[in-house]
Formats: sequence, structure tokens, C-alpha cells
Amino acid sequence: MISLNDLRISYRIGSWVIPAVDGVTLTIPDGCIVGIAGESGCGKSTLMKAIYGDIRSPMYLAGGSIDYGLKSSDGRPVTTDTIRREWFKSISYIPQSSMNSLNPVKRISTQFTDFPGTDSNKKRVLEKARGYIGKLGLPPEALDSYPHQLSGGMRQRIMIALATFFQPELIIADEPTTALDVVVQKEILMLLMEVQEMMGNTILVVSHDMGVHYQVTHKMLIMYAGRVVEYGDTESVFADPQHAYTKMLIDSLPAIGDDSMRGVLASMAGAGGDRAYRVEPDLIEVKPGHFVARPSLSEGVAV
Amino acid sequence: MTVILRTEGLNKVYRQGGFVRSRQVKALNDVNISVESDRPVVIAVVGESGSGKTTLAKTLLRLETPTSGQAIVYDTVVTGKGSTLSRHDFLGLVQPIFQNPFEAFSRYRPVDAYLHETARRVAGMDEAQAEVAVAEALRNVGLDHAEVRGKYTNQFSGGELQRISVARALIPQPKLIVADEPVSMIDASRRMVIINLFKRLRDEAGRSFLYITHDLATAYYISDFVAVMNKGVVVEFGPARQVMGDPQHAYTKLLLSSIPTTKARWRPRKAAA
Repeated sequence: MISLNDLRISYRIGSWVIPAVDGVTLTIPDGCIVGIAGESGCGKSTLMKAIYGDIRSPMYLAGGSIDYGLKSSDGRPVTTDTIRREWFKSISYIPQSSMNSLNPVKRISTQFTDFPGTDSNKKRVLEKARGYIGKLGLPPEALDSYPHQLSGGMRQRIMIALATFFQPELIIADEPTTALDVVVQKEILMLLMEVQEMMGNTILVVSHDMGVHYQVTHKMLIMYAGRVVEYGDTESVFADPQHAYTKMLIDSLPAIGDDSMRGVLASMAGAGGDRAYRVEPDLIEVKPGHFVARPSLSEGVAV
Repeated sequence: MTVILRTEGLNKVYRQGGFVRSRQVKALNDVNISVESDRPVVIAVVGESGSGKTTLAKTLLRLETPTSGQAIVYDTVVTGKGSTLSRHDFLGLVQPIFQNPFEAFSRYRPVDAYLHETARRVAGMDEAQAEVAVAEALRNVGLDHAEVRGKYTNQFSGGELQRISVARALIPQPKLIVADEPVSMIDASRRMVIINLFKRLRDEAGRSFLYITHDLATAYYISDFVAVMNKGVVVEFGPARQVMGDPQHAYTKLLLSSIPTTKARWRPRKAAA
């Protein structure tokens, strides 16, 4: 279980401070896939980096804390300062442009054995890796190839294999399928779901695509301007969205076969320059496990 | 009825490798599509990466010469066998919009310079006429000339730059605008701005579009005709509603079933532990 307590992450540029995550309090239970949605600039990537413990200047922890519910090898609880030591072991990251994250001049096998904290016997690691990528639907020869010899979908499978090889408790996937086309995207998402069911770990998936969230996630987190707008079970969020912004995100999907939608979809108002909503930091539980931001009285936004 | 777009036996073969061991890749394999209509239309070309849809766009834009066959736009042969159209006239008939607006404009030049250049060189206007045309084109895409003047690419968002690309393409009053993945580099929440702009320009300004995309949902939303491509071959072509509502080819069915929708799940989700 991961608890975020009033987490605040900001960027400092000169004397200018930009709050990117502005007071996020929530609990992520073990063993589920949590989807994070919101448009560019809403703070979702910053939040993921903070959970991963990759807090580097100009980004800094402005307040609050993260409780990972993990103990390090010396028995002390893991914090944002010590999470780095758990990288690859209990927490792993599938980055946004993950297809380009493989080292182009090294064979895939080298990249498997290069991971820190692994078995010192490389042969044994390779043997295991060969068996593991077979389970993920990759040919064993893929281990002996260079990244450029593999297709985008295969490279993405390799990234998932690398991220899940040590069975981490937490996997963070930042837009895992954005550069892929729909057919490959479906395969990768199905793979991610299978891996999660096999290992029972927690996966945080960032995506723009509400369809991806509906297909993959157990729980949904909607962010807007650095704050949580809505958080709850995916079924409940899609069936009965509470906040106007969530409703708009769900309705912004053009649907095939729905003729009433043809040509009448509204363009969305953005979070970037023109703030259409004001989101308060505290959440109200409307149903068991379904939270929504308190309506802002000053703006009178309908919730 | 006007022939808005017709390709006749269009082929494009690329050669890979050296002299001794070269391999031929058929990026376009006998592409025959024909759209006739009295009013402007949006034609979508959908398919996976490597399906040849970008090669089709490049061929229609004369950036690639077809190996054989020809293409006709608004009753004029624009490329391939029998094309006599001058470059100048071609640019007045067909205009492009590219995928990445940050690469389409140079970082070291103000973006409105491109609009002025298009007005003067392609549309043959003088300074005063160009000024009016640029302002008019920018107004058409919902931007103010005063806000754009003298600014560089880094002062705009991707969506704004793509709208400026559309404005630039509008200046020579082309009949057909070829848009190659115009929204794939833009934030998902801002895509509909561009898509709705195309729709408005079709209905109000009378422009036809060739909309190349891998996003079937927006293709269904905006297009009148759809061509589904796979490995250089057009596997299915027809009115959008018909192709996507009642797909005949296995590949079209596969594409449609791969779209993540919020209606039916691909597989039941087990409850979280």
C-alpha cells in the first residue's frame, strides 16, 4: 500500500517556483492497476517521477511525504530518499519513450545482465531471462539481437520484460503505448494485464487515452492543474463520473458506430493557459472508494 | 460531379540495400481509389505504421515520384503519367500539413514569415495583399495576426503551431489539403480543436482534405470516405459509415477491434486483491 500525504512537488527556475503537484493525498492499495489521466501539464509525469524517487533539480519536494509500505534490507521503512536503492528490485519504471530507452549498441542479453543487484552468475541470469521473455511471447533469439533489429512492439515487450524481470512490487508505466499503433497497443496492454495477474503487483499507468484506462485499470485517478479531481474504482468513475472535468474527459472520446457523435463533439478547454476549473485540494468520499474534489465555492463549478 | 481524388494503378517501389543484394519494397502496390462528389469531402487513410499511408501522401504531394500510375486531383493529373501541371499551379491546387509542426517551421525564423512567403511566391500577391491574406487565414483558424507576428516556434504550443500550419496551407486557396498525421504530435485533449477546424473548413470554406491517421476514432468522426491500408495495399475503401460500420476485410475488423473503447472490455478484469 502506498500512501501519499499532502504531497507537493515544485520546479524551481531561478527565483520562480512552479508547483506541479499541489497537495495530493491518496492511498493506492496493493495488487491493482491504477490509471492516471489528465492533460499535458497537469502534473501526472511529475507525480510519477516523485513516486519513483527520481527527484532531481530543478524539481524538488516542497512538502508532504510518500509512505511506500516497504522495508529496506536493514529493516527501516523506505522513504523518497532511500527508494533509489530499491530501483529494479521493488520498484521499476517503464519510461515514456521506452522504445528508445534501450542501449542501441548493446545486445538485449547484455542489457538484462547489466541490471544492478542481480545474480552474479550471468549464465544463470540469461537462462532465466530466456525463459521469461518466452513467457511474454518473444522469440528467444530476441535476446541475441540489437534493439534496431526489433520492431517497436517487440522493443516495448523487451522493456516490459526488463521492468518485470525481478518481480517488483510496484511498476510505473508512463504512457507505455503512445508511439504504437492500435493493433500492437492492444497486444502490449493485454501483456501488461497478464503480467499483473501473474505477479499480483501494483502498476501505475499514465495515459491520455480514456479507452486504455477503461480496458486496463482497476482504479482511476483524474488530475487537473496539479491536484486530484477524482479517484475511485474504474467501473464507478466511468459509470457515474462526479466531477465536470471527468465527464468532459470521458465524453471527449469520439466513438465508432455512434452516429449521434459524428461531427458534434466539442473541442475541450485546456488546463494550460486558460484554467476552466478550480480544484480544491480536499476530497469527499461520495461512495465507498470513490472520491471527488470538493466543489469550489468561489468559482461555482457544477460538480 | 468532380473527381476530387483518383489514383490509377499507383505504384511506388523502394529499393533497399546495395547493388548486389538489393531488395524491393512495395510501399504502394497498385493503389486505386476514386472519390467523386459535388461538395468538398474529407478522405481518411488509415493503417498501421509501415502500411504505406505516408508514401501515398508524399506521392500526392509530389515529394515522391510514383514508379507507375497516376493521380488526379480535381480533374487535373497532378503526378505520374501524363502530368503537365507546373509546380506553381500544383502548389495552388494541393497544399500539405505535416505531422510535427516543430519540424515544419525553422526555429530561427518567425513563423509568420512562412505565411508571407507562401502568399507572395505561391499565390503571387504583393505586400499589401499578402498582409490581408495572412490575417484572413489566421482568423480562419482562430488566431490573431497581431499575436503571431514576429514570434518563433518556441513561443507557441504544438496545437497553435499546427493551426498556423493550416493557416499557411489555406493562403493559396488550394482545393485539396493533404494532412499527414496532423494531430499525432498534439496533446490528446487538444486534438479535437484541429479536427473540428478541418470540418469547419470543409463545410464553410469548401476545402477537401486527405486525412492520414492511425487513429480510427477521429477518422470515423470527421471523414466522408475511408481507405484502409495494409502493407502498401488498399484493403478496403468506401464511405466512412459503411467501411467502419460494416467492415468486410479481416484487417479492417482487426483494426476496429483493437481500439480501446469504453463500451465493451477486451477481457474481464479480475477484482483487485
